[in-house]
Amino acid sequence: MRLKPAREPSSSRINNFSEVTRVFSPQEALVEASRCLQCKNAPCSKGCPVNIDIPGFIKLIKEGKPAEALAKIKERNSLPGICGRVCPQEEQCEKACVLNKNGEPVNIGALERFAADSAACAKMPPMIEKDKKTGLALSVAVIGSGPAGLTCAAELAKSGYTVELFESLHLPGGVLSYGIPEFRLPKKIVADEVAYVRGLGVKISPDTLAGYTISLEELLGKRGFSAVFIASGAGLPQFLGIKGENLPGVYSANEFLCRINLMKAYEFPTLATPVNVAEETIVVGGGNVALDCARCARRLGSRVSLVYRRTEAEMPARREEVENAVEEGIKFCFLTQPLEFLADSQGLLSGVKCIKMQLGEPDDSGRRRPLALPGSEFIINAGTAVVAVGQNPNPLLAKACPGLKTGPHGTLVTDDALMTSIPGVFAGGDIVSGAATVISAMAAGKKGAAAIDAYLKELKHEA
Amino acid sequence: MLIISKTYYSPEVVRMEVEAPEVAAKAAAGQFVILIPKEGGERIPLTIADWNKDRGTITLIFQKVGFSTNTLSFLEPGDNIAHLLGPLGKPTHINGYSEVICVGGGVGIAELYPVARAFYKAGSRVTSILGARSRGLLILEDAMREVSKELIIVTDDGSYGSKGLVTDPLKGILSSVENSTHNVYPELVYAIGPVAMMQAVAGLSLGYGIKTIVSLNPIMVDGTGMCGACRCTVHGKTAFACVEGPEFDASGVDFEELKTRLKTYRRKEIRINDKAGQL
Repeated sequence: MRLKPAREPSSSRINNFSEVTRVFSPQEALVEASRCLQCKNAPCSKGCPVNIDIPGFIKLIKEGKPAEALAKIKERNSLPGICGRVCPQEEQCEKACVLNKNGEPVNIGALERFAADSAACAKMPPMIEKDKKTGLALSVAVIGSGPAGLTCAAELAKSGYTVELFESLHLPGGVLSYGIPEFRLPKKIVADEVAYVRGLGVKISPDTLAGYTISLEELLGKRGFSAVFIASGAGLPQFLGIKGENLPGVYSANEFLCRINLMKAYEFPTLATPVNVAEETIVVGGGNVALDCARCARRLGSRVSLVYRRTEAEMPARREEVENAVEEGIKFCFLTQPLEFLADSQGLLSGVKCIKMQLGEPDDSGRRRPLALPGSEFIINAGTAVVAVGQNPNPLLAKACPGLKTGPHGTLVTDDALMTSIPGVFAGGDIVSGAATVISAMAAGKKGAAAIDAYLKELKHEA
Repeated sequence: MLIISKTYYSPEVVRMEVEAPEVAAKAAAGQFVILIPKEGGERIPLTIADWNKDRGTITLIFQKVGFSTNTLSFLEPGDNIAHLLGPLGKPTHINGYSEVICVGGGVGIAELYPVARAFYKAGSRVTSILGARSRGLLILEDAMREVSKELIIVTDDGSYGSKGLVTDPLKGILSSVENSTHNVYPELVYAIGPVAMMQAVAGLSLGYGIKTIVSLNPIMVDGTGMCGACRCTVHGKTAFACVEGPEFDASGVDFEELKTRLKTYRRKEIRINDKAGQL
């Protein structure tokens, strides 16, 4: 039977931001690793966006060698502590696992995390494969230190390039730092894995906004970088566009999570950044970000209602996170769409006027389109509201650099090798794909690093 | 970011020169930085009051109004500001105006100076109206005089210049324009200061049909268009002041909404204000 790691009890975890899911004990890890059939064709590895040798690392865990297991993972993935926690394994490696035929796939995610945590990943010496070094004395600039940027920088450093990673915020990590809460992804883990990337020789420059502090032209010109990888992410929050959305008390998910995760507003007034969480909070949306916001508000003492315009079946959020949220007492209001944010006499948010929905014919996304039920309007009281209905690519760099060709919703247009409309400038992750997952951004970072390596070798060959 | 020098215009208003060569190299009138005074502090926006590309420094002028500005004021030359990001926001659109009226209130005069100077250098005739609560709180009078053809000063208490509000002399100028006793027609009024002042100025100048630009000061977090804390309603649409502003056509600005949003954390600010220096 598939083993799941223990979780902190919901009664205590709603009072703090400590990690919810515990790590496997060595005994549990051995038991779960022993369930792996060691399939020769490794369907799990094919299901992994970065093709980790999953049977290989599980075998090492089974042999009681977690450090070697971690080294095996790091051949393909520089951020295992992060992926073990936030990858949607049920859609990827575990979905492909042969044992999933009985609905009991090997718990690959928990085993990956076990390897990462038990080997204290950052303290391991970086494994630079000397024979892979190109010997090209060239440098590459990477813009954005989220999963795509960190991965690309790590891969390029391993191949022998000098890499500088530029980040606009004061801390590296992108969405790993500002977006995903401490109780799902402790910031210590992010810091350790960033330290590992630094250990590979990557220079990280925070407080630098590409296009403003430094232009692409300068990076490729006087700063002497031979290529640039843009991984600036999907940082532009979408709003509902309804009345009252700018009332104090209405947050975008990005602002709410930034205040709480990046600025640690839950430590106010010891730390300086505040966040307002009223007795009742309403979160709008059905994805992982919406659940993160709801669970943060719960931990800050609020009663939380999550409204989603479709049903539970259509929610893009991970099942596991929905279960966690239910246990923590989040109230789910399905088939509900906000119409207007309401203000009290002082101009502060007091509630949200909503309408009931029903599902109609499938839309472009293949999901049944929600339709309003006339006359079903009702009010949910709330002093805080968080709008978590998606993000668009960050438009700043494209605006500052008109040579960069953009597509729908401001994504950067690239060729198959991830090169943008400017020679030597590559891009990947959410800025190209639109908002997606951590692991798909990492896959794009890896692909970008390989493409940049090939491009620079070709240039050298021609010269 | 190393603090090179610190001086006081008054016990409340501080001037700091800060080493920030990349910001100084790019800075233009109207732009701002986001800084964290000390680790664990808030990210706050401050206008770039001046910059020196050769020295690689920028000048920040701020009033000690709350926790973060007080915390910043406790730093000394030789200390480092923990984090500083910039230059942010759109630069002021300077060219094409022959006659401009620049209006600044309080510490807003520090933000007005680089804008007035840019208009002056571009050949505009600049009339400046500066307002302060009292004589001791008036800043940058000499610097503003250098870039203005005419400089008018008002104080709330009448301790310097004439007693009154910036709208008083502005009304005088605009009505004389209307009565054709003023020889040049102002094409632009540029106002920066407290929201109520900008709102009053805009109410007046727009009434005379003169294009009016205001520089808004909403709460910000990242300053790069990511969080939306700074959203303002302009011409009925939501705009992010950090990337689409901070300057907007005053005729479309919902000032009442901005005032309400600025009060979002007032109760929490009171709780933390006296703790500055404890970070």
